[in-house]
Amino acid sequence: MKIHEYQAKQILKSFGVAVPEGKVADSAEGAYAIAKEMGREVVVKAQIHAGGRGKAGGVKIAKTPEEARSVAATILGKKLITVQTGPEGQLVRRILVEETLPVERELYLGIVVDRANACPVFMASSAGGMEIEKVAEETPELILRETIRPGFGLQPFQARKLAFGLGIPAASLPQAAEFMIALYKAFEASDASLAEINPFVLTKDGRLLALDAKMNFDDNALYRHKDIQPLRDLAEEDPLEVEASKYSLNYIKLDGNVGCMVNGAGLAMATMDIIKYAGGNPANFLDVGGGANAEQVRHAFEILLSDKNVRAVLINIFGGILRCDVLASGVVEAARAVSVKVPVVVRLEGTNVQEGQRILRESGLNFTVASGMEDAAERVVALAR
Amino acid sequence: MSILVDEKTRLIVQGLGREGSFHAQQAIAYGTKVVGAVKPGKGRTQQDGLPLFDSVAQAMREVEPNASVIFVPASAAADAILEAADAGLPLVVCITEGIPTFDMIRAYAYLKTTKTRLIGPNCPGIISPGKCKIGIMPGHIHKQGNVGVVSRSGTLTYEAVGQLTALGIGQSTCIGIGGDPIIGTNFRAAVELFNADPDTHALVLIGEIGGTAEEEAAQYIREHVKKPVVGFICGQTAPPGRRMGHAGAIISGGKGTAREKMAAMKAAGITVVESPAQIGEAVAARLGQEVRR
Repeated sequence: MKIHEYQAKQILKSFGVAVPEGKVADSAEGAYAIAKEMGREVVVKAQIHAGGRGKAGGVKIAKTPEEARSVAATILGKKLITVQTGPEGQLVRRILVEETLPVERELYLGIVVDRANACPVFMASSAGGMEIEKVAEETPELILRETIRPGFGLQPFQARKLAFGLGIPAASLPQAAEFMIALYKAFEASDASLAEINPFVLTKDGRLLALDAKMNFDDNALYRHKDIQPLRDLAEEDPLEVEASKYSLNYIKLDGNVGCMVNGAGLAMATMDIIKYAGGNPANFLDVGGGANAEQVRHAFEILLSDKNVRAVLINIFGGILRCDVLASGVVEAARAVSVKVPVVVRLEGTNVQEGQRILRESGLNFTVASGMEDAAERVVALAR
Repeated sequence: MSILVDEKTRLIVQGLGREGSFHAQQAIAYGTKVVGAVKPGKGRTQQDGLPLFDSVAQAMREVEPNASVIFVPASAAADAILEAADAGLPLVVCITEGIPTFDMIRAYAYLKTTKTRLIGPNCPGIISPGKCKIGIMPGHIHKQGNVGVVSRSGTLTYEAVGQLTALGIGQSTCIGIGGDPIIGTNFRAAVELFNADPDTHALVLIGEIGGTAEEEAAQYIREHVKKPVVGFICGQTAPPGRRMGHAGAIISGGKGTAREKMAAMKAAGITVVESPAQIGEAVAARLGQEVRR
């Protein structure tokens, strides 16, 4: 799960991570009031989940409260198009109004889980303010890494090592170590999957703060974080994906015109691949899970078909424990209930496959029964043209 | 003719709820020796004809299992893994999906101090056709033989196995290693085991986007494996930054793409198929068998 910058900063602050002073607003008047209360120059930052806000004009300096109001008005309620939002952009509903800082240096701090070694890894770089992927590619030697031993957390000596590596002046060293240790504590205690401070700034007066903050959380651990759950912002997510998640369906919208419904994530990805291989383009990823029932299949159909680009649908089910005849009945029932208007190609394999195919053929509905993944992909791609 | 599980496997079930109890019966029907189940507080009673134990340790003393399968809910699954490892079980297969990553980080660190091998979590399990089935895969699609199959996925593995069986090609053992970012047995470890098994004559590797486990296995294959290997990577059309169903299936920071994995596999001499429908035929070709269509 992703959250906004201002939410990440609130969490980090509660763990003792230094963040600039600031407040969030959802109106130009709100921005004015915050700036007036702060009584100094402020920065107004658009709050959307996507990165690249600065370059897209979503971050602006305001010298007076009046200016904060007018700047906020130009950002709020507009669609911000950044490198990460896609061409359609993302509507800005909130802004963060913060104190500006006398920045001396922009650095980078990040924590992710190293899959190969099954432990968190703390990264630091002197190349702050840049995309870390770019740094990793062009100047990998600028990224310092410390492996976290499970159960130990980031040790002070590791933090000092990173701080020295970043060239932080001696006077700010204890503060740097404290900052990093607090950041790691926040990461582990909240079951984060990513924490990124970019830039992590050193001010001209020797202070260290999180100028920006990004945190993602492990969805599987959200059940034990009642305080983080409500931070989910459904407005930032695709409405169809939100709808799908209500029925435990795993749906991701793509830009093709062949809708697909598959059981199992791996087979669902492979189905997208084979559609492409057959010369078509998948409209979505959709995993109905191992034990999909008629109701789930119906919801899956509804979601698939609310994507107006879908010209044909491919249902690819490898029925193991889930019997093909049960599934076929569910598909027929769902197709009748939703009144499917586009052609549907069904490929069933596994337990009771003959019976399942018979049910589909005799349903009187517009089903094409395919005899394998390749056959299914070729047929559905032809129908979508 | 197999790795890790065979007719000598004595299995206990941790988590005899609806799923666990259904799949325990399926395993028994397949011929797996299921010797009991663990249900704290229900020790010395019975369920579904199986003796129940309060703990894995108690089951160890009384029925001497050498493998366990875990179906307990995600919030308690890491604890179940630790209990099985602590009791000294050599093999633990965790089917449970949705275990928090930090739980697995801690469990993995503990497992490294034991001799226990973990398969999964978030996996379909492991089967040595005709001998032993541990997990949720449909037994009847498999056929005893000499091809080892290792995969991060469930139904896509069934798809590949289905193709092999349809071509008359049997399997020595099929392992679903799991779709999570942190798993007990990775590709490389599974490949090592298959490479050492004289009755496994060829391997099928089914990978997916995310992480670098396929690249590491390819490196090992390049250096150590003479047996023919066929590979497929799913997620060639997956958008970056999106988690494709499996917690571990995500291209992040431009890393973990299907293209990189396929290139690494090709460089290691693996026959990489671009379409998932070609897995069976590619294995037949590498084994020098005629393909009957």
